[in-house]
Amino acid sequence: MTPPTPRLGGAERASGWDRPADPTKDPALIPDPATTDVPAELREQIEAAMARYPERHSAAIPALHAAQEMHGWCSPEAIEQVACVMRVTPAYLDSVASFYDMLETSPVGRHSVYVCTNISCSLRGADALLTAVSEAAGEDPEFNVRAFECLGACDIAPMASVDGVYVGPLELADVPRLLEDTRAGRPVLPEKQLATRLVADPKANSQEFPAHAVEEGGR
Amino acid sequence: MSDALLFKDIDEPELNTLAVYEARGGYSALRKALELTPAQVLEQLEASGLRGRGGAGFQMGKKVSFLPQGSMEKYLVCNADESEPGTFKDRELMQKNPHLLIEGIVIAAHAACAERSFVYIRGEYVHQADILDGAIAEAREAGYLGERILGSDTTLSLVLHRGAGAYICGEETGLLDSLEGKRGNPRLKPPFPANQGLYQGPTLINNVETLSTVPAILQMGGEQYAKLGVQSSTGTKLVSISGHVQRPGNYEIELGVPSREIIYGLAGGPPEGSEIKCWFPGGSSSPVLTPDDLDVPYDFDSLAKAGSMLGSGAIIVVDEHTPIVELALKVAKFYRHESCGKCTPCREGTNWTVKMLERIDNGEATPMDLDIMASVQDHIIGNCLCVLGDAMAMPIGSMIAKFRDEFEAHIEAARARGELALAGANGGGPHPGVSYESAQALGEELR
Repeated sequence: MTPPTPRLGGAERASGWDRPADPTKDPALIPDPATTDVPAELREQIEAAMARYPERHSAAIPALHAAQEMHGWCSPEAIEQVACVMRVTPAYLDSVASFYDMLETSPVGRHSVYVCTNISCSLRGADALLTAVSEAAGEDPEFNVRAFECLGACDIAPMASVDGVYVGPLELADVPRLLEDTRAGRPVLPEKQLATRLVADPKANSQEFPAHAVEEGGR
Repeated sequence: MSDALLFKDIDEPELNTLAVYEARGGYSALRKALELTPAQVLEQLEASGLRGRGGAGFQMGKKVSFLPQGSMEKYLVCNADESEPGTFKDRELMQKNPHLLIEGIVIAAHAACAERSFVYIRGEYVHQADILDGAIAEAREAGYLGERILGSDTTLSLVLHRGAGAYICGEETGLLDSLEGKRGNPRLKPPFPANQGLYQGPTLINNVETLSTVPAILQMGGEQYAKLGVQSSTGTKLVSISGHVQRPGNYEIELGVPSREIIYGLAGGPPEGSEIKCWFPGGSSSPVLTPDDLDVPYDFDSLAKAGSMLGSGAIIVVDEHTPIVELALKVAKFYRHESCGKCTPCREGTNWTVKMLERIDNGEATPMDLDIMASVQDHIIGNCLCVLGDAMAMPIGSMIAKFRDEFEAHIEAARARGELALAGANGGGPHPGVSYESAQALGEELR
């Protein structure tokens, strides 16, 4: 297991720039297919992704996604396997994986809970929501709770994306059930899922402020 | 709005399936377009005056006409990365009416003579991507995509590409790099994507909403479409409104309506008993406007004249109870996180701005810091490969300019808190021997 990438305050997307290279070692080459063991299912997914584009490098993100799905994160082993199928160096894939927020470069919980903390959500109490979710999830290794930047669902603010499912507007009281549903593998907060919401109905749009946001803002 | 173009039938159950879409007259604009030559379709697009709905507001017809003629491989890329804070209109279109987008893509590709197209959708939109994937498969099956579409000479492949979470990939050249499988760093322009874009080939890049408008233009004719809206901002626009309003959501408006009508009329204004402090007219990258600007018509040029921009059409309303420093800090932190780090003014400028705002909040700043912060913003604007840095500098700069008194009061209040802490630590009077660290710790405790 590699240690988490050290991050300074700024240039968060340029992570790893301060990771020293070991000049005594040769750079890792494209893995040898004869000695690299790639699960057949993963190989199939990566090859299908490469076939979709005129240039095989375009498959980097879908391939890393597939590997992450299988390994839980973009581990050195996962990267090695993708590199072997795509015929690129592990360093190239490392550079891609470290750029994107949804590709994990250190081990994380199986269930991702992204709480949006951007402007619109924070105006409606997202910070308190994030604290509540983090506290309720505690040290549970099943969960990967993190603040995420605008998820594009400000109409249901404050909201969260639970394993890719958008739910909102969330009250603090919803938090325990959100985690329970996720843990049990049930659909998470079915009545609050974005997918069921109507667009052009003004009634669908009217909403009360979450109680905790009203208190906070002194309204 | 009764004569909605983009939101027509939007709540029709199963509009995302081909059967329902066709029953509602879907793909008839495509049939019409395929009978025309690419030049004739382009003529319609130019006549419509349609301006890009992604943020820059560049005329779509012009963009298509910039593509070089010739037999080289050309590409069409649909930007569905929608990550501008406050924007959620494309999400709705893709989720509810994906075939409208596909139809628009095929027509635009016909006009641009492109034979390969891609939709770059942000990785967070899992549900929308699944729906779009299903719709693409259906369209391919029915012959709306693939070789010789509907018996014409037009051929088009369409691939859905899922991103992985990076704001910068909504910038067109960052998107292209990401689509090529690299880190999403923006490129130097020129060359512009119209000449050298995806895989170095001529590329047309348009936003989801822009492309989804194309079928309506073909259906009603470019000139007829141009009658909607106002002179330099034609047509209808989806507005995503959020923040302190009673009815946040997407609304389709005709460009040029007074902003007040959108914020108070459609969205119900701020909750009872509170007033608007400021509002972002076009996503968090646009300079903020005040309640005095509420009568500005909501269109590209009027908002530019008022000192802001229409951007992606995302209105974020902020009420009087929100401290401006807190708002500025949220904005700055977002851009600091999203800066790709390639250009120094943006990488350092976003970081410095966050640090200076934190100093203000901690009571370590003096009024001079405000001028320094404002000058940092000036040094970012126009000095980077892309506009991510500008996107922070513009709203922060406008907040300092319009709410200077509040910033100064915040600095004073925070300093007073800090000094009080110092005094308390030394039994009534400041003591030269007190360490910086202990004063800090006490200030922290008092807060």
